[in-house]
Amino acid sequence: MSDEILSFEEAMEKYDPVLGFEVHVELNTATKMFDAAPNGFGNTPNTNITPVSLGLPGVLPVVNGKAVESSIKLGLALGCEIAPVSHFARKNYFYPDTPKNFQTSQFDEPIAANGSIDIELEDGTVFTIDIERAHMEEDAGKLTHMGGSSGRIQGAEFSLVDYNRAGVPLVEIVTRPIVGAGERAPELARAYVAAIREIVKNLGISDARMERGNVRCDANVSLMPKGTTEFGTRTETKNVNSLRSVERAVRYEIQRHAAVLESGQKIVQETRMWHEDTRETTAGRPKSDADDYRYFPEPDLVPVVTDEAWIERLRSELPEPPSERRKRLKTDWGFSDEEFRDVVNAGAMDAIEETVAAGAPASVARKWWMGEIARIAKDREVELTETGATPQTVVELNKLIEAKKINDKIARQVLGFVVEGEGEPAEIVEKRNLAVVSDDGALNTAIDEALAAMPDVADKIRAGKVQAAGAIVGQVMKATRGQADAARVRELILEKLGIEN
Amino acid sequence: MTDIIKLSAAELVAKMESGELTSVEITQAHIDHIIATDGQPLDADNRAAGKSGLNAFLHLNAEEALEVARGVDEDRAAGKELPALAGVPIAIKDLIVTKGQPTTAASRMLEGWMSPYDGTVTQKVREARMPILGKTNLDEFAMGSTTEHSAFGVTRNPWSLDRIPGGSGGGSAVAVAGYQAPLALGTDTGGSIRQPAAVTGSVGVKPTYGSISRYGVIAMASSLDQVGPCARTVMDTALLHEAVAGHDPLDSTSQNRPVGNFVDAAREGAAEGGLKGLRVGVIKELSGEGFQEGVLNRFNESLELLKNAGAEIVEVSLPSVKEAIGAYYLIMSSEVSSNLAKYDGVRFGLRVLPEEGPITIERVMSATRAAGFGDEAKRRIILGTYALSAGYYDAYYGSAQKVRTLIQRDYAKAFEVADVLVSPTAPTTAFKLGAESKGDPMALYKGDIATVPTNLAGVPSISLPAGLADEDSLPVGIQFTAPAHEDARLYRVGAGLEALLESQWGAPLHEQMPDTLELIRDFDFGA
Repeated sequence: MSDEILSFEEAMEKYDPVLGFEVHVELNTATKMFDAAPNGFGNTPNTNITPVSLGLPGVLPVVNGKAVESSIKLGLALGCEIAPVSHFARKNYFYPDTPKNFQTSQFDEPIAANGSIDIELEDGTVFTIDIERAHMEEDAGKLTHMGGSSGRIQGAEFSLVDYNRAGVPLVEIVTRPIVGAGERAPELARAYVAAIREIVKNLGISDARMERGNVRCDANVSLMPKGTTEFGTRTETKNVNSLRSVERAVRYEIQRHAAVLESGQKIVQETRMWHEDTRETTAGRPKSDADDYRYFPEPDLVPVVTDEAWIERLRSELPEPPSERRKRLKTDWGFSDEEFRDVVNAGAMDAIEETVAAGAPASVARKWWMGEIARIAKDREVELTETGATPQTVVELNKLIEAKKINDKIARQVLGFVVEGEGEPAEIVEKRNLAVVSDDGALNTAIDEALAAMPDVADKIRAGKVQAAGAIVGQVMKATRGQADAARVRELILEKLGIEN
Repeated sequence: MTDIIKLSAAELVAKMESGELTSVEITQAHIDHIIATDGQPLDADNRAAGKSGLNAFLHLNAEEALEVARGVDEDRAAGKELPALAGVPIAIKDLIVTKGQPTTAASRMLEGWMSPYDGTVTQKVREARMPILGKTNLDEFAMGSTTEHSAFGVTRNPWSLDRIPGGSGGGSAVAVAGYQAPLALGTDTGGSIRQPAAVTGSVGVKPTYGSISRYGVIAMASSLDQVGPCARTVMDTALLHEAVAGHDPLDSTSQNRPVGNFVDAAREGAAEGGLKGLRVGVIKELSGEGFQEGVLNRFNESLELLKNAGAEIVEVSLPSVKEAIGAYYLIMSSEVSSNLAKYDGVRFGLRVLPEEGPITIERVMSATRAAGFGDEAKRRIILGTYALSAGYYDAYYGSAQKVRTLIQRDYAKAFEVADVLVSPTAPTTAFKLGAESKGDPMALYKGDIATVPTNLAGVPSISLPAGLADEDSLPVGIQFTAPAHEDARLYRVGAGLEALLESQWGAPLHEQMPDTLELIRDFDFGA
């Protein structure tokens, strides 16, 4: 059943991949694209509906202004031009997930076009991806095929349809063909989708959860023999629902195309379905440019007109782009490439930024978030931000250390108590009597006891073996349950034994 | 009782206000006349048996209508303030959705379907406290000009029962012409209000596109559809238009501007000197060749009356109207093919399983659409699907849109020299049921020549009776057209001409109509 595939390395020796992506982003507006039904996830099937989202006889659509704003913001974030006038069109096809048997979409006049974004791979290599267009449309309902073994339509006895999703606002982002990624194509695919997800999350226009289908990617792949420039026949892989799947699916399709081409056959232009369980694609329905959706202008809607003032207001409201923010923070913090990458990969960037803003040095913030807090998070299998430690915790711990109230070791203990919910670091130090013993009198008593207990060591020190003092320091630290300032203890020992330091 | 049903809406309002009549009396009189003239049965269950009457109604809503009437009477007795048309009963074309009553679009596809929501105009009628008598017959999904394409039997013209009542809104036109209702709502995509008005001797208005909300009006061709009033007098259409017009946030194409003073305009037009100085443009292309002689005679007499009343008659040209029928049938059918896609047996209405072979979604959809749509609906769906197909789009839909722009320009130019334009509403009087319509559909489509251009241009038009044709003693309609948003001009000129004509006739035209009960008694419905 499985298709033949070539090894990735061999495929790369002979062919150059060309990629293209259609990423659908579900907007998190309160209501749907064309009616007042709630836009929600996980509700009882067919409850987030109105006569409009069911396409009942007589209903009419009305454009959701919030969705248009979100689309403009996304267009601006992708460096696109925003059309002064754009139109909706009807894409006609019969399928029961679309209540009207047409999808209201934008066709030849999208809201945003001609943008580009820079995608940085893990090693810092930057690819520029050109955005052809970003257009508004409505999502379809969800079909559940019942009675078959596979959950697929083949072999199913009947299908259930849930129109809660029908009419949820979508923006579809279409890239221009991406040439020149070579063997990094799968990695670039993943990074591109990750970047889109990050952008829409940063803009606050989508929940951006791939597992819920908030961000969905159709990956187009074709191969051309090395040294040639004419694109090969492409396939469009759907059902790619995680970043990992994007990378794997692109890699798989490259290998499959290479095997087909190597055997002298032709690639069939078609939709492929990705299966994460088997890590393969299977043929979907044949797709050709002759697919006839009989697009025509949606007569029930008026054009979407954007004026300059509106666009400029939205532009001024845009948050800093994630890539620029990363560059800025890395410079500000003075982290090395490796340090910064680790921070990003660990998802600690926001926490460190807030910690620095609250008054701790970047290096200290990094030490805590990437060290002890990361360890606690890992032990408890929670997110970094869910341990109970906050930027304020780190700042307070650092203040206590700097004031020599506690040392690093005690600070880690205090953090443990904070996480247990015992209170703020200062309270805990007070309550548990964890402050460093800075009373010389108390220390001198402990030192005298230690020297008396280890006379031979005392003699060695007197004889000039200053390093032997470590044993006495250790004994004193033990006696004070670690609450002494070790350096001060050492000073006092040497003083007591008449050794000039 | 017969006197009540002959009163206009304006007269009924006056008699309710003076305490001479109650809404219950008025509503009951109309219900009685519907039952007496529409033919039995009036219910879906026995529909197959056919009707031996006018068959203007697909559903009678007597109980609810009387309840609304009682409420109005009580409030009037209690001295409460009431909307202008409160207590005046109305019939609604069965293309407009109504909660609590079936809405069928005269199609098997929706037989028995009950809308869970009210259309905006339905809501406005309820807010106006008007008893809804029932739902009127039409060509299936408003596609046709004879009402013969209804899945539930033909509607008959009360002037002559073997004649067409016009279409698609034959039911609404016959309801008002046949004294079954003083007022009715229709919809007009290419003449569906005006042509039935013309052939039944009643008044019908297609307002400016966007004047009345389309929310809850089952879409035929969205860019052309418009709801409008039907009545026996111009004043009554003005009253109803004012009651149901206005911006609707649920309809993106509805115009956000104040509703005009149509009633005032009608009053002014009918007054002495009301037409003085009005520039009336006779459309050269729509007032000669291809029009029945009796139609032209009445039309020209009306022009004389207008001229004598001080109007200035000028000739205007709309050179692109010769392409209007072609453009209309491409744009309309394209939109129809998409608007009617939702009728597939999945969510509501008819579902038909294939007689043999596997039951797949495609096959259920096919079987449902094959069984549920009539021939004319199928013809237009196929035509529209073809016109939108890749490779044909530019030649058909694209060209048609260009023609539409040219027609709009023609109108703009004509309105530089004329305040209103005028032509006969239809080329002929009512022709015989069955005869003309069963042949070449193109011949029938050509009958829309005078009405479709205004839908393409989005401008408002009124049709009112100009008298009876000499050759067949059947009503002739005259149509006035105004620039967009100038609907008030139609009521002014319409009421003005109506007053002039009635003073000639000595009574409203319908006084010359044969008695419906006698016609029914003498007619052979078996034919």
